[in-house]
Amino acid sequence: MVSLPSPIVVDPMRPRPFRVARVMRETADVVTLELEAQTGPPLRFQPGQFTMLYVFGVGEVPISISGDPQKPERLVHTIRKVGAVTEALCNLRKGAVVGVRGPFGSHWPLEQARGHDVVMVAGGIGLPPLRPAIYHLLHHRQDYGRVYLLYGARTPRDLLFPEELKRWQYTLSHAPGATPVRVTVDRAEGDWDGAVGLVTSLIAPLTIDPSRTTALMVGPEVMMRFTIAELRKRGIPEENLYLSMERNMKCAVGFCGHCQLGPHFVCRDGPVLAFPQVRDWMTRKEV
Amino acid sequence: MSKGPFKLERAGLLQLLQALKTQGYLTLGPTVREGAIVYDELHRLEDLPIGYTDHQEGGSYRLEQRGDGAMFGYNVGPHSWKRFMHPPILRLFRARQANGDLEFESEGEAAPKYAFIGVRACELQAIRVQDRVFLGGPYQDPHYKARREQVFIVAVNCTQAGHTCFCASVESGPRAQTGFDLALTEVVDGEHSYFVGEVGSEAGARLLDRVAHRAAQEAEWNQALALVDRAARQMRHLDTQGLKERLYQSLEHPRWQVVANRCLSCGNCTQVCPTCFCTSVEDHTDLAGQVAERTRRWDSCFTADFSYLHGGSVRVSTLARYRQWLTHKLASWQDQFGLLGCVGCGRCITWCPVGIDLTEEVAAMNDVQTGRFAPKEAGGAHV
Repeated sequence: MVSLPSPIVVDPMRPRPFRVARVMRETADVVTLELEAQTGPPLRFQPGQFTMLYVFGVGEVPISISGDPQKPERLVHTIRKVGAVTEALCNLRKGAVVGVRGPFGSHWPLEQARGHDVVMVAGGIGLPPLRPAIYHLLHHRQDYGRVYLLYGARTPRDLLFPEELKRWQYTLSHAPGATPVRVTVDRAEGDWDGAVGLVTSLIAPLTIDPSRTTALMVGPEVMMRFTIAELRKRGIPEENLYLSMERNMKCAVGFCGHCQLGPHFVCRDGPVLAFPQVRDWMTRKEV
Repeated sequence: MSKGPFKLERAGLLQLLQALKTQGYLTLGPTVREGAIVYDELHRLEDLPIGYTDHQEGGSYRLEQRGDGAMFGYNVGPHSWKRFMHPPILRLFRARQANGDLEFESEGEAAPKYAFIGVRACELQAIRVQDRVFLGGPYQDPHYKARREQVFIVAVNCTQAGHTCFCASVESGPRAQTGFDLALTEVVDGEHSYFVGEVGSEAGARLLDRVAHRAAQEAEWNQALALVDRAARQMRHLDTQGLKERLYQSLEHPRWQVVANRCLSCGNCTQVCPTCFCTSVEDHTDLAGQVAERTRRWDSCFTADFSYLHGGSVRVSTLARYRQWLTHKLASWQDQFGLLGCVGCGRCITWCPVGIDLTEEVAAMNDVQTGRFAPKEAGGAHV
């Protein structure tokens, strides 16, 4: 017979009902959902954290929060259709009810980055997990040095948040004429007159103070590995490089074992991890 | 709880079983079923595998007659107590859809009140390990917790080691040290036997008061200790010195391919392991589409689906899956939970269809000095 300590959450495996308040079709395969708690307080979160979204009878998936941390009353997620659950989420209409667990996981190191230049690198659906950090930087713009958002998409039609990208070009700027938002596509189409090529090609021209720069990146692992190599070439210390990792997740609380990456549970120790934490693991095959 | 060592006759053990039943416990213990010793309900002492022993080797398990009347003259079988505290299938919640709303109910059934009889020292360690997993972190599993809080544990020390045992190497046995309510050592004499015991908790002391027993004499106590000590000297060996670092340095060792050529990726080792905790979830709806359930079931890191991300599995090869299992159990488990994930019970060796022996695999990776852990530079690696 043992007596055990009390938990912080009684049942971390049970979702709370949230109603879909707004649906925005971003691109052909990406949808943004704004959710409101049916009961209880709104869900406060730190930029970089994720939730588990449950669709009745279909299943549950981990999705990064893409909204403004200062506006928690609307819980915002931007979702790409890649499987059965994300497809069901993308097909939801206003008024539908989903289950939400969370928020879970680690967050972007925005406190440590104060006074630093900040380089954000996003590939494809990697932009939404960075958007809460962008909002944070906008709310506290004077606390940071130069800010850059480097964003790569497949085609111009796949670019997310195009109106905000335009606004951020001014609002994220540190000086008149600066271009903090730099976008590239893999394949140009239509009247695209921007850059074509890999997002890593945008790193070399940046004006930064490398020893006082923090980099945040989200995207396919291969993209992040090459991004790290480029950022290292610029002289940014390893410990200032942060990644948002993705692994299979079922529980989000360290019980199911699926998301392990070496010693880390990506759900609990991540998704945001400093490069030295994962260097020995993400550079190997099939870990 | 100041009670010293005691002596219990078989009649006393029967009273103990009955007293537990009277107190509302579901009494579980070893019993013979389909040619193996499994854990199931004990109604009477005759349900125990009296006179049996288990002959275990890599990939082989056989019950044999001992030629005496020992009640606990064997080691561990394919079951572990994990199946009761962390059930193979468990409903997590029910969701109801009505009038456009969604309601979630946690599993409402009260957790069963279990008494485990015949828990070996390695299994006590396995319970400690799972306590860390499900109760030691920032989140707690309420289902595990409800079962764990109520459980009553009667440990039984091993007086012989199985051929696949190595608990002494990982310091989990063979003697039960803590984590029990009562611990017994069986002293066999032909068709008869008696028990020398220790009290481990207040609840254990209270139960013992309801059972016929007397203080053990020093000679009886020493004899029991000597029997357990004998078991400690019969085992195979796992070198745990610097084990984590050695395995982390051996991630590219050629031995992984050698063992992967034998491994069937069947997952037997993970199912019989008393500490493996991984699960997956399944969602079902009723035919009317009004009620959905989510169930959690044991999963295995040896399946292709385990590491699936959109686009494919992270661990495609058997090599990667075996490496994940072994390095998790013996290395990264220490980073995650502060102890080894292996308790030395030997089940994974016995129940591996091809007899892969983790102590042998670890030893084979010792013989090559891989030097400092020198991963490839970021960006220069594979896709």
